[in-house]
Amino acid sequence: MLKLEARPEQSRLMSIGSPILALAITVVIGTILFVLLGKDPVRGLYIFFVEPLKSVYALTELAVKSVPLMLIALGLAVCFRSNVWNIGAEGQYILGAIFASGVAMTADKSTGGWIVVLVLFAAIVGGMLWAAIVALLRDRFNANEILVSLMLVYVAEQLLSYMVYGPWKDPAGYNFPQTITFLKSTQMPKLFTGFRVNAGVIVALLAVGAFWVLLFRTYAGFQLQVGGLAPAAARYAGFSSRKALWTALLLSGGMAGLAGGLEIAGPLGQLTPYVPAGYGFAAIIVAYVGRLHPVGIVFSSILMSMFYIGGELAQSRLGLPKSLTGVFQGLLLFALLACDTLIFYRIRWQAARAPAAKPVSAISTETKVA
Amino acid sequence: MDSFALLLAATLNAGTVLAFAALGLLINERSGIVNLGAEGMMLVAAIAGFAVGVGTGNDWLAFAAGAAAGALLAAAFGLLVIYLNTNQYATGLALSLFGTGFSAFIGIKYTQEKLPERPHFAIPGLADIPFVGPAFFRQHPMVYIAIALAFALAWFLYRSRAGLVLRAVGESPESAHALGYPVRRIRLIAVMVGGALCGVSGAYISVVYTPLWVEGMVAGKGWIALALTTFATWRPARVLLGAYLFGGVTMLQFFLQSEGVQVPSQFLTMLPYLATVVVLVLISRNKAFIRINMPASIGKPFFPGS
Amino acid sequence: MLRLELVNISKQYPAVKANDAVNLQVQPGEIHAVLGENGAGKSTMMKMIYGAVRPDEGEIRWNGQAVNIRNPQEARALGISMVFQHFSLFDTLTAAENVWLGLDKSLSLAEVTQRMIKVEQEYGLEVDPLRPVHSLSVGERQRVEIVRALMTSPKCLILDEPTSVLTPQAVDKLFVVLRKLASEGTSILYISHKLDEIRALCSNCTVLRGGKVTGMVDPRTETNAGLSRLMIGAEPPQLQHIQARLGDVVLDVRGLSLPKEDQFGMNLADISFSVRAGEIVGIAGVSGNGQQELMAALSGEDTRAPADSIRLFGKNIASDSPRKRRKEGLHFVPEERLGRGAVPTLSLAQNTLLTRTAAVSSSGWIKTGDVTALAQALIKRFNVKAGGPDAPAKSLSGGNLQKFIVGREIEANPKLLIVSQPTWGVDVGAAAQIRGELLALRDQGCALLVVSEELDELFEICDRMVVIAKGKVSPSVATTAATIEMIGEWMSGLWDKSAKDNKETAHAEA
Repeated sequence: MLKLEARPEQSRLMSIGSPILALAITVVIGTILFVLLGKDPVRGLYIFFVEPLKSVYALTELAVKSVPLMLIALGLAVCFRSNVWNIGAEGQYILGAIFASGVAMTADKSTGGWIVVLVLFAAIVGGMLWAAIVALLRDRFNANEILVSLMLVYVAEQLLSYMVYGPWKDPAGYNFPQTITFLKSTQMPKLFTGFRVNAGVIVALLAVGAFWVLLFRTYAGFQLQVGGLAPAAARYAGFSSRKALWTALLLSGGMAGLAGGLEIAGPLGQLTPYVPAGYGFAAIIVAYVGRLHPVGIVFSSILMSMFYIGGELAQSRLGLPKSLTGVFQGLLLFALLACDTLIFYRIRWQAARAPAAKPVSAISTETKVA
Repeated sequence: MDSFALLLAATLNAGTVLAFAALGLLINERSGIVNLGAEGMMLVAAIAGFAVGVGTGNDWLAFAAGAAAGALLAAAFGLLVIYLNTNQYATGLALSLFGTGFSAFIGIKYTQEKLPERPHFAIPGLADIPFVGPAFFRQHPMVYIAIALAFALAWFLYRSRAGLVLRAVGESPESAHALGYPVRRIRLIAVMVGGALCGVSGAYISVVYTPLWVEGMVAGKGWIALALTTFATWRPARVLLGAYLFGGVTMLQFFLQSEGVQVPSQFLTMLPYLATVVVLVLISRNKAFIRINMPASIGKPFFPGS
Repeated sequence: MLRLELVNISKQYPAVKANDAVNLQVQPGEIHAVLGENGAGKSTMMKMIYGAVRPDEGEIRWNGQAVNIRNPQEARALGISMVFQHFSLFDTLTAAENVWLGLDKSLSLAEVTQRMIKVEQEYGLEVDPLRPVHSLSVGERQRVEIVRALMTSPKCLILDEPTSVLTPQAVDKLFVVLRKLASEGTSILYISHKLDEIRALCSNCTVLRGGKVTGMVDPRTETNAGLSRLMIGAEPPQLQHIQARLGDVVLDVRGLSLPKEDQFGMNLADISFSVRAGEIVGIAGVSGNGQQELMAALSGEDTRAPADSIRLFGKNIASDSPRKRRKEGLHFVPEERLGRGAVPTLSLAQNTLLTRTAAVSSSGWIKTGDVTALAQALIKRFNVKAGGPDAPAKSLSGGNLQKFIVGREIEANPKLLIVSQPTWGVDVGAAAQIRGELLALRDQGCALLVVSEELDELFEICDRMVVIAKGKVSPSVATTAATIEMIGEWMSGLWDKSAKDNKETAHAEA
């Protein structure tokens, strides 16, 4: 029978191999799923993994989707490494979008392009504020941050709905729940004409570098990680767990807010009830698959974008429901968690054990209790 | 007066959803495992229950389907978390995310479907008492089953040896293991039973509470149920109380709207979620109180070999 | 006929062969010691007898018949019962419920409670069955463990290091219980590394070293040196003692009272003592009497101490953080290595950053080259066997990791070094090295405070001693003027009585 045996030390091979193995397992299950749905599996896999890479346009779309995922995941990586479970990044993203829109709406024809900076700044503030609530409640009242941050997602969604159905509804918008389309001055400059990808990509890549430095070359980053790995050691060293909590939450809240702001100052261009696209949750998977490492996150966010785009293409080309994307994403995380065990354990085949000697049943018939 | 009686009845209805889920999660957590996948399990169970309900027209088969779906997903979760020692929080999240997508995926065919006409329930005699009748005695049998379940669970935990063993496992799996108890098997059973109850809750949502299927219709009740178990400090009777409290808050929004209160609907919809936050804050403030009542091994991995 | 016999038993773990063809022979009614230092394989051997682990090779015989013990329930059914070193108790359940869980199903809780009281009276092990375990003292908890084992009417009782949580007087009482059991025909397996105890209690002794049996002797006819030789292959290394050259008062604790932070902790009450430069002061005491709380207050992990209750060189540090205290020259080695003194999954190099921040620039940048160099230097100077500065902390043996952590703090040239349980779970060679380093540090003029549950260790290296009991600390006594009996009494909080007795004796003799 198969047995798990602890490895004397972590397997470096599996540290990198595990996400790849997990992806392979997801692909296998995906293939089965396609067959069960009566669709050609090869075509299905092609749509998910090849189409998104085929043309320059496709690649830029990949970049567009991966920017918010990357940004949010970077913040979440810091959080999870510190053992702070911010599950409400989606809510912080929404607040970022709301605050960004608030500033964007103040622009008129005479406003210069500098307002973009203000828009993004507002977005960061919005995200941080929403995360600060979680931090405060955990700091002061010891309230579990998983549940609080999650509840705030639902609250944020309602807040958004209220704003676009109510005070911020575009009077010239045929009564649709949406704000005005923001002026071009509030938008991030595009990188190339004709494509949607904008300078947000540069922001994201800069963030990757900054987070790498933070985590691996600064004492602050070291403190955060120790706090997550061994809280008693952090206390012994004198690292403030309160500081770690606030840093992690404000950082991830700010990043999620920034992602929301970039969407407003980019692909979305206005505030609608469809702003919450689930990036806050997908980013959790991006962070994990990327091993909570900034460089890994670059790759995993591209992978996750492929799932998103693949899902959209599968819907239009194969008539498959878009929710397939969610299924794949969930499967990937599951498979990854299972494969990660291989980093710490080996699988051994062990023959059924022969008893040590003539097996006499160990249960004597005179069991006595005092 | 009439509408207040209806509010009470609606509260019992809504509370039953939370009660089943939270009682299931309580069993989980008593063994030391926290399953953040409640929302996902409930969603999959909801569509499973709905599909079977539409197909067979039989409520009880629908509940059974929901329970089976919940137990199956919980088993997958349990295998990962208990036998492979994956991080409980991350794995639970993965389950929720998967369940959200998977339920939406299967549910596509069912968005236009309807269940056969719901019968009206009433306990003969009791249902006709003024006020009390319409408030308490015109409910689906599952409402009463939930109450019975809570008391049965309390008896199990505090008066039976099996319950003691479960509590011991949650308190210190290492000690239980040293005494020879099959800790991992006990935990897996607890997780699966918990999953089955979450599944019943999910099926109840789609078959009784709002008899239809809409993507994401659980709307966070799985998360609220998780908060509920903490709020109730892992005691079944308190879970029941808390469930009805939350049910009441949820129903409050409709009550207020029908009474013509002039608040934008979105803020009323926020009420249950805000209430959850408030409740969490209130109960978590006293660290010592939580520590004494919480199964000490929650969330921590257990390695039998060491 | 032998009650229990192990024939050529072997057990292999991934990195080490824990038991290599070991033999054990236990007579009925015999008190049999299993002696060996940490890591010798005693625990593994016991786990196999007890059913928690299965042997790879060899045979276990019970009353002459070969048996296959598949789990603890089967061991219990045979009549083998175990009292664990780290108690297998459930804090939030009552003593009776704990005992009930340790027995197999047939009786009700009420019946168990009744019989428990009878057993307690018979053996002098009083514990209130209805109290929750978290409210019991460590000694009382051990009594629950023992009662639980006794209630299965064991034919063979295994005790794993039972005296580390007992005062010397309580040890004597335990021995009375054990001798009574043995006289009734129960075999007793007594696992320990304490030579004096084994020689006082046991009539037979199997010595393990590196997984093999190095001898089976009658300890009553052996000397400590002889047993030591079997246990570690040589005589224990002798330490050099120079007369203490005292300097100024470095640490002054005055009137330190601190309410407990944790539900299950201990309040500190009016603690006063001082440590001078150039001396080692030891704090003796049975675990659970406030050592943890006192250490946390001194290290800075707990900053609630009242102002001026803790002074370093005359300066109040009672509410300073650990980092601030380190800057002032106070360094601390905690009793838990993995998880507190070092982060298990981080490398040795990274672990230096916990308390040594010279390699961190003022802007917060980590100079990784300097960090690695420091780790390398520590490994070399303190003879740490490790895979290099990048080896994860958990890959080191207990002794080597302790050498690294102690070395990390010593190399910082502290003015005051506080060490909690310096050699717990450490092999004899490393223990001797660590004690030698502490003495060397003291000879250089550092002030040292050592907390230990091993009285022998304290008597060996300390110049003065105090005893902590129930959150209070005794007056200090020079080690040369103290005896084990006296310290034992003090451990029960009776230092005033001792002082009175001494005064009365002096008075009577006057």
